[in-house]
Amino acid sequence: MSHGRKNHGLPLASAPIVPPLPVGGELTESSVLALLWKDLQIEFRTKETLASLLMLGLLTLLILSFAFDPMSELRSEAAPAVLWVALIFAGVLGINRSFLTERDNECMQGLLLAPVDRGTIYLAKVVGNVLFMVTAQALIVPIFVLFFNLSQSLVVLLRLVPVLLLGLIGFAAVGTLFAAVSVRTRAREVILPLLLLPLAVPVLIAGVKASARVLAGKPLADVSQWLHLLIGFDVLFLVVGWMVFEYAVEE
Amino acid sequence: MATIRRLLDAVLGPLTGLIMLMAIYMVFMYVPTDKFQGIVQRIFYFHVPAAIITFVAFGLVAIASAMFLWQGTRFWDRLAHSAAECGMLFCTIVLITGPIWARPIWGTWWTWDARLTTTLILWLIYAAYLMLREFAASGDQAARYAAVLGIVGAVDIPIINRSVYWWRTIHPAVLVTREGGSGLTDPAMRATLLVSFIAFALLLGWLIWIRNESARLQDEVDHLHQRLLSEHY
Repeated sequence: MSHGRKNHGLPLASAPIVPPLPVGGELTESSVLALLWKDLQIEFRTKETLASLLMLGLLTLLILSFAFDPMSELRSEAAPAVLWVALIFAGVLGINRSFLTERDNECMQGLLLAPVDRGTIYLAKVVGNVLFMVTAQALIVPIFVLFFNLSQSLVVLLRLVPVLLLGLIGFAAVGTLFAAVSVRTRAREVILPLLLLPLAVPVLIAGVKASARVLAGKPLADVSQWLHLLIGFDVLFLVVGWMVFEYAVEE
Repeated sequence: MATIRRLLDAVLGPLTGLIMLMAIYMVFMYVPTDKFQGIVQRIFYFHVPAAIITFVAFGLVAIASAMFLWQGTRFWDRLAHSAAECGMLFCTIVLITGPIWARPIWGTWWTWDARLTTTLILWLIYAAYLMLREFAASGDQAARYAAVLGIVGAVDIPIINRSVYWWRTIHPAVLVTREGGSGLTDPAMRATLLVSFIAFALLLGWLIWIRNESARLQDEVDHLHQRLLSEHY
């Protein structure tokens, strides 16, 4: 891994990041954190993922504002759908990037050589992707509120937080697994949305439905059915992803 | 093994053809016309068995995928691949016969009913499954990635079904008509459905068999090719 001269002061993704663990490393907090820290550090220095997530999210909001006239009576109907479409499109892009960076300079090899369980790598990547998407959302949602002239109070808007968070975790859980798959295929950028979007249908439906009710001023207890569905989806696919990630990255 | 193979080769095709002819005769000649829906109801005997067979085929994909990740033998991968292709065929039949039946009875080609929507999403997932196999860099990679998707897809189907069901039922349903499931009181109708179902099941078995054999031969050719190359260079 000594041929990384060209990469403009980027830390090599495979730099010694993990303190020597006992052989056959286990799932420990410290190894997840170490892997996560590596991704965050790369992001702090390049800001590429966040910038592209943010731009694509904003552009999608803009395009969809043209499609659904934000001044019409229908805007409150269309608003949650617009928010989720922006979120999903930006999410696909961000998740795709999380493994594209590992391709350069054979970083994936280094990552796989690290003395940690493959499932640990998966969890660290999921946490990283969720963090990037949440950060981008923190800026996209206020702009969305402005664009659509939403007049809900702050309390109502804060109720969106658990809905968005649970949706993003589920989306990242499935997406991270298939990003590792799609990055090694011949049609890398194309294949991820094809795999991810139909699988993430429950997240989209639950997210849009719950957001619509929350924006209509209903309390969270009113959408508990959807929140339970999202929690179930998140837990199930975090476990499945953690178990099968090994086969998705194996050489 | 070779004798079983020859036996299946000789018997499975003609048997499937025979039962299919019988099913077609029963659907068009034997079974009485439905009192309320008229002649179009006969598509039921194609639509419903095809739908059940779709689930059987995709279930087979999931089982073969899990077995492949566990055992890593080519046999399970070939089975998963064949079952996925055949499942796509039956899923397409369901999606074509459904609207043809829905148009005169429900008055619309398509409705976002839970079953219809789930079938459509199923079709999209397994279309992506077959594309993933094509886009993979090597056969070994295709097998592993497809197995991962085969398992995740199967785990996802119940959740998709649940979410789509809630999605529509929270709104007042435009159409509450359920397909004629409960209305099959006539024993002739039940017999026709049974024969039709057997015909579809045999067709699935036969198609998977042919597809699987062709994949096996392909593997053998690849193997010989590798050996020839290694002997000469």
